[in-house]
Parts: sequence; C-alpha cells; structure tokens
Amino acid sequence: MELLAFILVDGLIYGAWLFIVSVGLTLVFGVLNILNLAHGSLYAIGAYATASAVGAYFALGGDAFPMGSYLAMVIGALLVAVVLGPLLERGLLRHFYDRDHVIVVLVTYGVFLILEDVMKLIWGVTPLFVSEPYSLLGNVELGPLFYVAYDFLVIAVAIMSGLAVWFFLNRTRRGKVVLAVIHDREMSQTMGVNVDRVFLVCFTVGVFLAALGGALTAPMISVSPGIGVNVIIIAFAVVIIGGLGSIEGAAIGALFVGIARAASVHLLPEAELFIIYLVMAVVLVFRPEGLFSKTEARKI
Amino acid sequence: MIDRVRKSSAGRLTSRLLAAVAAVGMLGMGTAKAEDTFKIGVVTFLSGGAAESFGVPAWHGGKLMIEMLNEGGILPPPYDKKGFGGMTIEAIPVDEAGGATKQVQEFRNLVQREKVDAVVGYVSSGDCLAIPPVADELKAFTILYDCGTPRVFEEGEYAYVFRTAAHAAMDNISLAKYMKSRGVEVGTFAGINQDYAWGQDSWADFVASMSVIMPDATTDTALFPKIFAGQYGTEISALIRDNADVVHSSLWGGDLQAFVLQAGPRGLFERSQVALAAGDHVIPQLGNKMPDGVIIGARGMNGLSAKPKATELTDVLWEAYEKEHDTFPVQAPFRMWQALLGLKTAVEKAMAENGGTKPTAEQLAAAMKGLEWEAPSGTIKMALGNGHQAIQPNAIGTTKWDAETGKMTLVDIEYYAAECVNPPDGVKAVEWIKEGFPGAKCD
Repeated sequence: MELLAFILVDGLIYGAWLFIVSVGLTLVFGVLNILNLAHGSLYAIGAYATASAVGAYFALGGDAFPMGSYLAMVIGALLVAVVLGPLLERGLLRHFYDRDHVIVVLVTYGVFLILEDVMKLIWGVTPLFVSEPYSLLGNVELGPLFYVAYDFLVIAVAIMSGLAVWFFLNRTRRGKVVLAVIHDREMSQTMGVNVDRVFLVCFTVGVFLAALGGALTAPMISVSPGIGVNVIIIAFAVVIIGGLGSIEGAAIGALFVGIARAASVHLLPEAELFIIYLVMAVVLVFRPEGLFSKTEARKI
Repeated sequence: MIDRVRKSSAGRLTSRLLAAVAAVGMLGMGTAKAEDTFKIGVVTFLSGGAAESFGVPAWHGGKLMIEMLNEGGILPPPYDKKGFGGMTIEAIPVDEAGGATKQVQEFRNLVQREKVDAVVGYVSSGDCLAIPPVADELKAFTILYDCGTPRVFEEGEYAYVFRTAAHAAMDNISLAKYMKSRGVEVGTFAGINQDYAWGQDSWADFVASMSVIMPDATTDTALFPKIFAGQYGTEISALIRDNADVVHSSLWGGDLQAFVLQAGPRGLFERSQVALAAGDHVIPQLGNKMPDGVIIGARGMNGLSAKPKATELTDVLWEAYEKEHDTFPVQAPFRMWQALLGLKTAVEKAMAENGGTKPTAEQLAAAMKGLEWEAPSGTIKMALGNGHQAIQPNAIGTTKWDAETGKMTLVDIEYYAAECVNPPDGVKAVEWIKEGFPGAKCD
C-alpha cells in the first residue's frame, strides 16, 4: 500500500511536470502543424529568465516578501513569450508554412542550435541557482510520504494550465475560431478568420507554456547550458503517446509516462529509461496516431 | 710543390673552419632556444554538460599555469625554469564536446595541421578510449589528463599515450575505507549513479569494496537515472523508502547539483549518510545548500582536501586561481596542473638527455615512462600500465559549513597513500578489490 502510494504520488508529480513541458509543443503542432524542435530551448530560456528574474527580485529587497518570487517566475516566462514568440513566428516560421514538414523541422532545429548559443552569450556557462521558491512552501508529510510542497504546486499549475487551454479552445468563441483554423486553414481564411493572428497568438502561448515549464523547473535544478536537450526528447514521447495536437492526449500521455516511470524506479530500476519508450511503443502498436488523435484522410 | 702544400694547408684550414661553422650552426639549430615554442593541444569540455564542472575550471587552471610557466620564476623549484625547458608554451584549446568521432578528427587536426608537440586532454571516458589508437598511429605524444575509466591501460597498450591521473577505482575504495575507519554504521547501502560507464563502474567498484571492507553490509537499491536527467523526485522517494544507512553516488555537475537541491528539503541527508565519490566540484556553486555531514571525495587529494597538505606550489597556484576566478580550485584544475607539471618534467628530462634540443615524441615517451613528480595533489607516479598510468594519493572528508567565514569546509579528512588505494601494476582494479587488496601499502 505504501509502495502504491509512493508510485502514484511520484507518478503524478513527474506527470504534471511532463505535461507542462509538453503541452506547448502539442498546441503548436495542433494549430500551426509544425514540429517545434526549438521547444527545448524555449524551456531552457524560460529557466534562465526565471533565474534572472528571481535573482533580481531578491537582490532588490524581495526577502521582505519572498512569496513574490513566484510572481517573478511568471513574469520571466511571460517576457520570454512576448519577445521570442512574435520574433520567431513572424520573423522566421511564417516563411516556411507552405514548405514540407521536414524543412520546417530542420528550421526549428536550426533555431534550437542558435538559441543554445544565444543562452551561452547572455548567461555564460556558469550555472545559476534560484532554489528559494522550491523550499518556500515547506514540506508535506503524508504518513510515510515526505514531499516538498512545491511539488504539489507543480501539479496545481499543470491542472490549471491544462484546464485553461481546454476551456479556451472548447468554451470560448476565440477558441472555436482556433479549432476552425486547426480543422481547415484555407476555409477559415475564406470565412474571414485572420489566420496569421491565430498563428501568432497560438505560437506565443506555446512559447509561454514552454518557458513556464522552464520557470517551474528552475528552482529544482542548477540552470546550466544543455538543460533543454533532454526535455525535447521526453516531451516528444509524451505528445506522440497522447496524439500530436491533442491537449487531452498530452495530459493522459504525461500521466501514463509519469506513473510507468515511477513504478519502474520503485520496482525495476534497470528499466527506468526503457519503460517510457515501451509505453510509447505499445500505444503506437494499437493506436498509431496516438491515444487522442483522430485518423485523417490524407490529402493528395 | 710548396704552393701545392700551401694550397693544401689553406684548403684544409678552410674546410675545418667551414665544418666548425656548420657544426656551430647545427648546434644552434638543434638546441632549444628561448624563442622556440612548445605547442600543446589542450582538449577539454568548453561547452555542454561537463563544461562548467570539469572542462572550464580545468582550462582556467591550465591557462593560468601556462602563463606562470611562460613568465618563469613564479612557481617554486623545480618548476621555476621558464616554459618547458626554456621554450615558450603555446596552448591551442579545443572543445571536447561532440563525441568520440569528432574528437578523433580534432586530434588529427591538432597533430597533422597544427603540428602540436603534445596533446593534453580528454575528460570523457569514451574519448579516452577512442584517442589512444590514433595517437599511436600518428606517433603523437598524448596525455590523458582527466578521464576515469580503468580500461585504457587495463585492456590496451600504447607507446605514445600516458594518463597522468589515477583511474576511478581508488575513489570508491577510499570511500569504503573512510566509512570503516570513521565508524559509520552500515547495515544497508543504496546507490544512485548515472546510467553510463562512469556511473555503472563507480557503483560496481563501491559494491565490491564494501563486500571486502564491510562484508556484513547489504544493498537492495541501485538506481541508474540517465545522464542529465535533472529530475530526481522519484529516485529520492525510492531512496527514502529504502531507508538505507548509506546512499552512494558518483553523480557530477548539474545532475549532482539538482540531486542535492531536491534531496535536501526532502530530508534524505538526515535519514541516510550520503557519500559522494567525486562531489567536491559542486561545493563552490552550492555553498551552504550542500548539507553538513556529507562524505565527499575529489578524485585525488584535490580541492579542499589539498589545502591542509598544501606545499608552496599549492599555495601559489591556489591564491592565483582564487584571485583570478573568485573561487577556489576544485578537482579539475588540480588534474590539469598535474598533467602540465608532468609534461614539463618529462620535456626537461628528455632535453637533459638529448643535449638540450626540443624532444621528439619518442624521446618524450621514454622520459615520461615511469616518471615521478610533485604536484599540488601530491606525488604522481606513473606506476601502472607499464609506466603509462599514474597513481596518486587520495583524500576523503566530510562537509561542514563555516558560518563565520561563510565558506564550506571539509573536516575529518583522511588521506590514503597512492599504493593503498590503487592496484599494483599488471592487476585489474576490480580483481584486486575482490581479492581483498593484496599488496596494498597503507600507512
């Protein structure tokens, strides 16, 4: 029973983190139909921006009200989205929407490489630490389970992010416009939808979600060059399991991977790496398009 | 006749003069002069995950030492002579990032295009296994300065390749010895190590050492997260649930920093005695976030553990490094220093034997084989691998935050002679451990 509780709580925490770092990726694919390999760099820049923002907050006297550091984290992620979202979408990606998928993937890979070096130019190679927000909320002791309350904040943010994106897409007029663009870009344009603006807003939201993932992770790690590389791999596994472009799929995929990995670490540590890709392989055998993606007729 | 004799005498005199001039000229050409340079390729991680922990501090230390040597007279004897035997040292730094295939190409570039006289490099064990065959093929004198895998000279034999740092087996042997001598009660122990050669080998060495030194201790939990995982919440839960007396880890760099940041608030360090095989290098970054009471090694008598045994050489380098980089030197610069001082000793020994000319790769290899020299990390002896693999003393200590100075310190440091924690020549480390360290010479 204790073991089961450990697996569920650990799986939920890891799954929540996975969802936050992958939901932006699936949103961008769903709307813009591009696989954004630069997502990992945007996550890393979010972590760096947060480290700088929280560091500046405490340097400017934030010790008097340390809870304000959480606001600094969100502001850091927002700044990344507001600056890089329009810059990348308007300045670069829109020129490649009509090109082959492979070309766009290569372009985003190029962006990934450039951003990795940009981070080194701005923040250097020395790691940054902003662990204050991680321990601010204290600990949670549930019987034999002993966690940092921040872990549950990550779960709360994941749930709120997922619900917000789902609510926007399914329960608002603007969201329905986005769904219309996802369904048929050309038809939406002929019906008067400003597709360019939809793309810009959705990509910027995707960048914000990636940066928010980095912002939430920054207090738990040393923020240093290369942290975005592994994230992109695991985020792709999650969105492929859930179905590319599906928010619900990303949530279920993240939960599957989180719990499977937690079970493996507790029961069969040797299979920790393998288990994630085993889950992916099993899902793809039965649902090649992912859990929540609908099979589409191929346009020829 | 007289004319012929005169002509003949004049001819002989001219010939002798010409020969003498030529000989002096050749002597001048052959003797290393102050304006001569000794080119070395310095290969280490300048980008990527291992840069900030190992590559960049090593390069900082190397650059600093090269500047001091080129200035001459700054380091104490026997290292006070300018450069290498009077020759100015010219270093060409190369980024080790990119994998073994890229590094082999970079190595060829250094040797064939840049015409370096020696290559000093390699942190990654993969690179250390890939480079030696190429070095021998090109007959290029090469020093492996950092990597830990024992396989380089336990499984291979190379004429032009030397490793000036001890391999990794001594790190975990020393940890087990330390726990025994400090009276740490170990009924059970667990491990968290990265899932690649370094982590797997470290855990295997530690388990083997514990089975000899503390045979009653048992282990159930061995975790191998992938390198650069960053998220250790689930692993920390597994370690807390296991509730082992000791948690062993050879994590390094950002992974170790993240593990400490995440495990600290969850109380792992209070529940278990944590022992970090190579953890000293994260102390400058973590500061007081590194808990007190953590057992720490530095892959040699390096960093904080070198300070209590400091010689004049250590002090000069330590102070200069601290002044220039606003932090104390950890293990990586110490390994770079011992490599460069070993190279200087070998160059000057070879020059003493060849009449003072810049030594060839063959002469350098002959001088380096079985060499002994003093470094800030103690006496380095090329005692293994038929004179190609170094052994060195080791040290293990326990962390303690000094609130007065605002600095992390190491207390209860124990020092181990090189021959105590390294196998004799011709014996594989794992076999030596399993046989109970036969022939170990401990104080």
